[in-house]
Amino acid sequence: MTLAETILSAERLSKHYPLRGAGFSRRAGVVRAVEEVSLSVRKGEVFGLVGESGCGKSTLGRALLRLEEPTAGKVFFSGGNLGEFGKARLKQFRKEAQIIYQDPYSALNPRKQIRHLIEEPLAIHQVGTSKERRDRVAWLLKVVGLLPEQGPRYPHEFSGGQRQRIVIARALALNPQLLLADEPVSALDVSIQAQIINLLKELQAEFHLTYIFISHDLSVVEYIADRVAVMYLGRIVELGPKKEFYTEPVHPYSQALLSAAPNPDPTAKRQRIILTGDVPSPINPPPGCPFHPRCRERQDICSEELPLLKELVAGHAVACHLRG
Amino acid sequence: MEPVLEIKGLKTQFQSKGGLLTAVDGMDLSLGRGETLGLVGESGCGKSVTALSILQLLAKPAGRIAEGQILFEGRDLVKMSAPEIRRIRGNEISMIFQEPMTCLNPVYTVGFQIQEVLRKHRRMSKREAVTETVNMLGLVGIPEPVARIDDYPHQLSGGMRQRIMIAMALSCHPKIMIADEPTTALDVTIQAQILDLIGRLKEEIGMSVLLITHDLGVVAEICRQVVVMYAGKMVESAEVKELFVRPAHPYTIGLFKSLPKIGGKEGALNPIPGVVPSLLHLPSGCAFRDRCFKNKSRCMEEPALREIRPGHKVRCWEPES
Repeated sequence: MTLAETILSAERLSKHYPLRGAGFSRRAGVVRAVEEVSLSVRKGEVFGLVGESGCGKSTLGRALLRLEEPTAGKVFFSGGNLGEFGKARLKQFRKEAQIIYQDPYSALNPRKQIRHLIEEPLAIHQVGTSKERRDRVAWLLKVVGLLPEQGPRYPHEFSGGQRQRIVIARALALNPQLLLADEPVSALDVSIQAQIINLLKELQAEFHLTYIFISHDLSVVEYIADRVAVMYLGRIVELGPKKEFYTEPVHPYSQALLSAAPNPDPTAKRQRIILTGDVPSPINPPPGCPFHPRCRERQDICSEELPLLKELVAGHAVACHLRG
Repeated sequence: MEPVLEIKGLKTQFQSKGGLLTAVDGMDLSLGRGETLGLVGESGCGKSVTALSILQLLAKPAGRIAEGQILFEGRDLVKMSAPEIRRIRGNEISMIFQEPMTCLNPVYTVGFQIQEVLRKHRRMSKREAVTETVNMLGLVGIPEPVARIDDYPHQLSGGMRQRIMIAMALSCHPKIMIADEPTTALDVTIQAQILDLIGRLKEEIGMSVLLITHDLGVVAEICRQVVVMYAGKMVESAEVKELFVRPAHPYTIGLFKSLPKIGGKEGALNPIPGVVPSLLHLPSGCAFRDRCFKNKSRCMEEPALREIRPGHKVRCWEPES
């Protein structure tokens, strides 16, 4: 792969939430949702972000788009520091980066016709005349596989998969460069899920989009992503090209995660690594490596020192004392 | 294998605003002793309603069993009185649900909730119930069970709560456990723990499991038999190995083609076109025909379930073979 241009990057990005204690106690602690994450997303790629619930992947996504103000660290978009964007530049950025959420039921205002929902971003940013906007809405509906005649209908008249198409049409309205998709197919049935994944892939090729694709489903991410980052307790523990990651995951957590995913092939021989215990709380993360209490290979050093994300081979980085 | 549960011609209907809808239509199913059977399908296909019908838990008065028999060790559950079914429910047939938080009472400790079951169904004294609760929690892999019995549900993680549900469901040594999407709300690493646990306990206690899921991966992991449902009807049934290697119904084939697999081939997924029809407006004949790649004029007529190979039944005029 040639060195592609970076569209979005993060430097030691952290997001902590203060925790209000019950009763009179103040400052009960902080939830360390995202801890010192550095990454860069290349133009035109699909960057997959995987991890279990509570690992901070959604918070990281939101912080990357400055939908959350980071506690520490910086985000750069097209070379500019996102944290220093003024009002006008930030509004411009809001056109360039869009987000798709998991639940297409709550993402659409039930009292508005879908043509108005899709037109709304265009109206807010005062794009075109009202005639041009109407034409664009009709075109967008076609692009996502719906009919322009369906524009005057309300969200409840559509199924889950169709609603997700509407959400995608709205996200595309302003011709964004970057699309953050946060579990976009998790709420859908299998047969519909495949339709939406295919649609996202086609749109990416057609409009040269960059995706940050957040999912807990490793098989979906393998299907769509170019590179994969695995998060655990607010930190990236492994980041690498898809092929390498899926054939030879390096971090013990990545290995367990891949082996735990159910395989729809009853004849497949497999060795499943069953992790003991639960994901620890991000309020009191364990000292040292955050994964060490569940790791089968832990050594003394793992509970004492935090492993840093190091490149093992070019483009493939792992945070583990025992690797590399 | 001697069946412990047999469903014959079950038809469950609901009175809805839009009219009478048939959520389960002509279901036949047989669960052998010690067997694990997977009931698979997408949302609205009637898999959960089948489970609720077995335990007579349908929302009254909207839902009712219109036809059919549900035989548990030869006795028809449909005809039983409320007190009779209560003695079976939770005792001989128990159920675990998808969302453990909504199924546990937030104002009682988990220990109390398990003891309640033991005292009601197994008539234990308080002291016996406490000892047995600690045993059960240990059995389902909860660390420090003695300390955990005084915890409230909100103090436990999702995986722990699901274990509590399982401990509760198992506390009466049921003959059948119905598990409705038991791992759908859980993360994959925790899901693997729970599936492993269900498999192990099934061996130890010798119960039968009816597993309801939309996830073919989960079925492949722990089931022996599988039934696929679509729009209220059973469309295919076979042993897991047979069904996964040689699926015959176009819907089942479509499901497999829609499924991204780890280590699978590159290239576009082949989704099933269209959407699941509303149960109020089912097409005439085969309910799948609008989405089917075969769709022939014959499909205007409803196909019957027929056996294409020993133990492999399909509801289609032109099954793949």
